[in-house]
Amino acid sequence: MTKKNIRVLVAKPGLDGHDRGAKVVSRALRDAGMEVIYTGLHQTPEQIVETALQEDVDVIGLSLLSGAHLTLFQDVMAHLKKRGMEHILVTGGGIIPQEDFDELKKIGITHVFGPGTPINTIVEYIQVSVKK
Amino acid sequence: MTQLITQLLKGEPIALARLITLVENDSSTIPEVMKTIHKHTGTAHIIGITGTMGTGKSTLIGSLTRAYREKDKTVGIVGIDPTSWFSGGALLGDRIRMQDLATDPGVFIRSMGTRGALGGLTSSIYDVVALLDASGKDIIIVETVGVGQSEIDIAQMADTTIVVTVPGLGDSIQTMKAGITEIADIFVVNKADLPGADEAVIQLQQMLCMDTLSEWQIPIIPSSSTQGIGIPEVINAITNHMDFLTETNHLFQKRGTRYETELLALIKKKLMHYVLDESRLQGTIEKMVDTISQKKMDPHSAADKILKDILA
Repeated sequence: MTKKNIRVLVAKPGLDGHDRGAKVVSRALRDAGMEVIYTGLHQTPEQIVETALQEDVDVIGLSLLSGAHLTLFQDVMAHLKKRGMEHILVTGGGIIPQEDFDELKKIGITHVFGPGTPINTIVEYIQVSVKK
Repeated sequence: MTQLITQLLKGEPIALARLITLVENDSSTIPEVMKTIHKHTGTAHIIGITGTMGTGKSTLIGSLTRAYREKDKTVGIVGIDPTSWFSGGALLGDRIRMQDLATDPGVFIRSMGTRGALGGLTSSIYDVVALLDASGKDIIIVETVGVGQSEIDIAQMADTTIVVTVPGLGDSIQTMKAGITEIADIFVVNKADLPGADEAVIQLQQMLCMDTLSEWQIPIIPSSSTQGIGIPEVINAITNHMDFLTETNHLFQKRGTRYETELLALIKKKLMHYVLDESRLQGTIEKMVDTISQKKMDPHSAADKILKDILA
């Protein structure tokens, strides 16, 4: 018998000082009954992965508006692999051009939520994906 | 499970993280884990940090932890934030103030929601602290939710309780009220760079003057994490308090009280599970509610009857 709360790490990698979006998403996930851990700004990929490990999260939501997503998301995925944590669902969000979506999927970011994504799409995607 | 426990006793963070999740989710495997690790607990110094929201508890914990790391002490931190009564969700934001410690292998930080508990902690906190203790952490810091006046469960949990306050939270009458002012082993007046810090210290001193029974002299320490003031003094006070507890045998008594609290909570929880198990009740509650509605029986007599039948 186990009660289960979905635990999500909302993370801001790299040099990007804008977290309004990450905060809105965090709040929406909280209101959907999830436990949300927010890293704060300017995190290195190692910090994000060690935090995910200690907090034993089901999901990492990476938010980036600076344009460095290809490099930084790849770094996060590499560290996850190194720590044997590939079971964690990783999604991306922020200012990310459509043409990079495929590239990000290839490295293991299961879904990218671009600008204008309705908040419920994100909530439902996480709820459905974590249950699987 | 045996492998997880072996890894935990070696201090591996991934095993510690997994086991904390199982505790939080009330997994049926946990009693066996706790049975195995119990003899490996009792070496850590458990420090409780409490105070109103926004007083700087998380930031202070970050500063204390950095100071302990300089002394080569390993630190486990549990930061508790409120779970929503409405959604069951929570925003756990304590570790934002200490994220620079995330990659230090000597530090383990875990954020938890209260999940329905009311005293400023979460009901699984005793097991979580035992896991951190068994993993070999020298210092365990438990940060309560931002409390009001009366959430004092931390005092039963911790060896040393630090109450954090800030200037401007009210006059001397506030310090005389019962509740969290009664549980401090150490007072920290944080954000001491703000106006009114001296008054806050004086009010606490005047309050403590009226206490003639305590053998331990409760220190009041002004601190400011942004200015780097007061951290060595707080660390000293924590060490002095542990020395006092050990020399006077209070530590043994204090830990006895903690085990008693934990034991009573576990009995209550297991009894509730047993009594309210649906297979045992088989619709009794609904039937009794009908009987009460029809005024054939009152709620007190109904509860007595149900308990008598189940525990017979």
